[in-house]
Amino acid sequence: MENNDKLLLLGDQAIALGAIHAGISGVYAYPGTPSTEITEYIQDSPLARGRGLHSTWCTNEKTAMEAALGMSYVGKRALVCMKHVGMNVCADAFVNSAITGVNGGIVVLAADDPSMHSSQNEQDSRFYGKFAMVPILEPSSQQEAYNMMEYAYDLSEKEKLPVLMRITTRMAHSRAAVKVKEKFSDVTCTGRESVPSDWVLLPGNARRRYLEVIAEQPQLLALSETSPFNKSVFKDGMSERGIVACGIGYNYVMENYPDGCPYPIVKISQYPLPMEQLTRLADSCKEVLVVEDGQPFVEEQLKGLLPSRYVVKGSLSGDLPRTGELTPDNVKAALGIESGQVYAPARNLVPRPPALCVGCGHRDVYDALNRVAAEYPGAKIFGDIGCYTLGALPPFRTLNSCVDMGASITMAKGAADAGQFPAIAVIGDSTFTHSGMTGLLDAVNDKANITVVISDNLTTAMTGGQDSAGTNKFEAICIGLGVEPEHVRVVVPLPKNMEEITRVIREEIEYDGVSVIIPRRECIQTLNRKLKKKRAEKK
Amino acid sequence: MKTDIILSGVGGQGILSIATIIGEAATRTGLALKQAEVHGMSQRGGDVQSNLRLSDTSIASDLIALGTADMIISLEPMEALRYLPYLSKDGWIITSSAPFKNIPNYPDEQALADELRAQPHVVSLDVEQLARENHMQKSANVILLGAAASFLKILDAATLRESVGRIFASKGEEVVNMNYRAFDIGHEYVKSLGL
Repeated sequence: MENNDKLLLLGDQAIALGAIHAGISGVYAYPGTPSTEITEYIQDSPLARGRGLHSTWCTNEKTAMEAALGMSYVGKRALVCMKHVGMNVCADAFVNSAITGVNGGIVVLAADDPSMHSSQNEQDSRFYGKFAMVPILEPSSQQEAYNMMEYAYDLSEKEKLPVLMRITTRMAHSRAAVKVKEKFSDVTCTGRESVPSDWVLLPGNARRRYLEVIAEQPQLLALSETSPFNKSVFKDGMSERGIVACGIGYNYVMENYPDGCPYPIVKISQYPLPMEQLTRLADSCKEVLVVEDGQPFVEEQLKGLLPSRYVVKGSLSGDLPRTGELTPDNVKAALGIESGQVYAPARNLVPRPPALCVGCGHRDVYDALNRVAAEYPGAKIFGDIGCYTLGALPPFRTLNSCVDMGASITMAKGAADAGQFPAIAVIGDSTFTHSGMTGLLDAVNDKANITVVISDNLTTAMTGGQDSAGTNKFEAICIGLGVEPEHVRVVVPLPKNMEEITRVIREEIEYDGVSVIIPRRECIQTLNRKLKKKRAEKK
Repeated sequence: MKTDIILSGVGGQGILSIATIIGEAATRTGLALKQAEVHGMSQRGGDVQSNLRLSDTSIASDLIALGTADMIISLEPMEALRYLPYLSKDGWIITSSAPFKNIPNYPDEQALADELRAQPHVVSLDVEQLARENHMQKSANVILLGAAASFLKILDAATLRESVGRIFASKGEEVVNMNYRAFDIGHEYVKSLGL
């Protein structure tokens, strides 16, 4: 949708277009809310297709990060995208990529999800950036997100370090008009001569590189002080309060002051923290309020970096909530402004939690598991991450656990090691290839008495139906990992097959060893979309 | 001038299409816009909402503050009531009156309808029924948009109607005309109320 030279873009899409315009050669990602739309935009972009940019999905965030590192090694720019918990999966590669350094620029995009709209924790990715000692960028608007991409790649190549860009759900999934460049970079190649030993992290080389990364830190700090994305507005004299606002936190502050903020304010969109500006702010006010989405990353640092006589407030002090995302309302309260709420909450109102779609194959899987589990009092069914996690809720209540990608298989194994019988794992097809395969090998090698259900709907359904890495390969993968071929069973999860499915589950529970049951039926959402497309083509 | 709208409904009902049409009209007339959407797990039949903000000056926050929304446009009556604390004193609720019951503990329908009717500024119409009567089942959301058009002070109805045509243009003339009719049905319905 165009308005003169402006495009109406989600934050995710602004980042994607910014990266294309910055001349990347590829995006590497595993789908995860709220980051998925970045890669999807690049996949659908005619410009990206014309340039032959790599944009197919990766098996998980670690393979994504490593592939990007390879692209960087040969001098090309790469983008890596993931949701916050994906940072845990790729942490090994991410942290070490600061030690190897980069040749072509790398931007690692982590989309955090405060309020856990679609997640299992509220971890704040900025800690990873500090941990790895790399620059962090945090845009406050869709326009800034677009503008930042070229800056980020230049910064990455100049400092020879990957750059972490951190956004939160509201930035990712909110639309605004973005002015885009008329002229932009072609695919770039730095042609940088790498010091070969930089990339060989044997202790001797790694020690040298670590010292170099540490020596670079004052320069990163200096760049934050002069960053075009950090902004300070100071006032004359002593103010009652000073504000530090990070990323979109800045918008919530400004929303409450349509005629301009009456307090001195430092807007942070690039880290490490610009301490010169922050010290000046602290010196000019009686207390500092830190407004940041996520965990108290800045608040905690300021408490340590500023002398103890300064008063720092934020979520640790209770002025802002410790959990959940920022809103104009909780920021309003922290600023001491009265709420404008007029109407009380309605009386005739109940929650409406999400549910598995009508006609979804997972429903039949849970129906069957519940029938068989009823015959085995004490049965434990370990779940995993995807649409099918909803099987933990009524009406099914089938699952006893959901922890992280792949944990169903390994938790079932650990429980079986401790004597649990039956120990059953339920995992989706995409989750299995993401992080379940290695756990299955552990189980095979230990001859663990577990039953693994790979509920295969031929797609990564939870995030909207992206390609699933293992489609058509699951039997071969399981047999290849050492599961006995006669204990790799495929069924079609439909109500009319209930008798067969329950029989297969019963037989495989009774088998003393690793068995895999693959209920396979296409996701009802992707199926409907395909049928709709077909009908449209017929017309 | 600034207009803050909360769009609500149940995942899959099509509130984002309403947002897209209003968004098209807004950007075409040069208004600033911010639209926070819900993607991910809630789209599986859970409650979904979108904060749509339009203004002739720049907009800071992606989210609407409590007590400041000018309108709640909802495809489901209970979902309209969910956002009551966000409505401003003179704000309007434009909602479908047809309950979408995909949960076992849906409130008593009569009590819900009564509570809705007790609100000072509300238009409640059965867009599903109107869509069925006029053989345009897929356009219930556009009927609702037509009903909301009179209250959207920042955009005139003709501009919005034009955007209906632009958004559906790729689907052919038949679909465009059906949606024009849907828009008109909603718009006329509200006019006939003589509010």
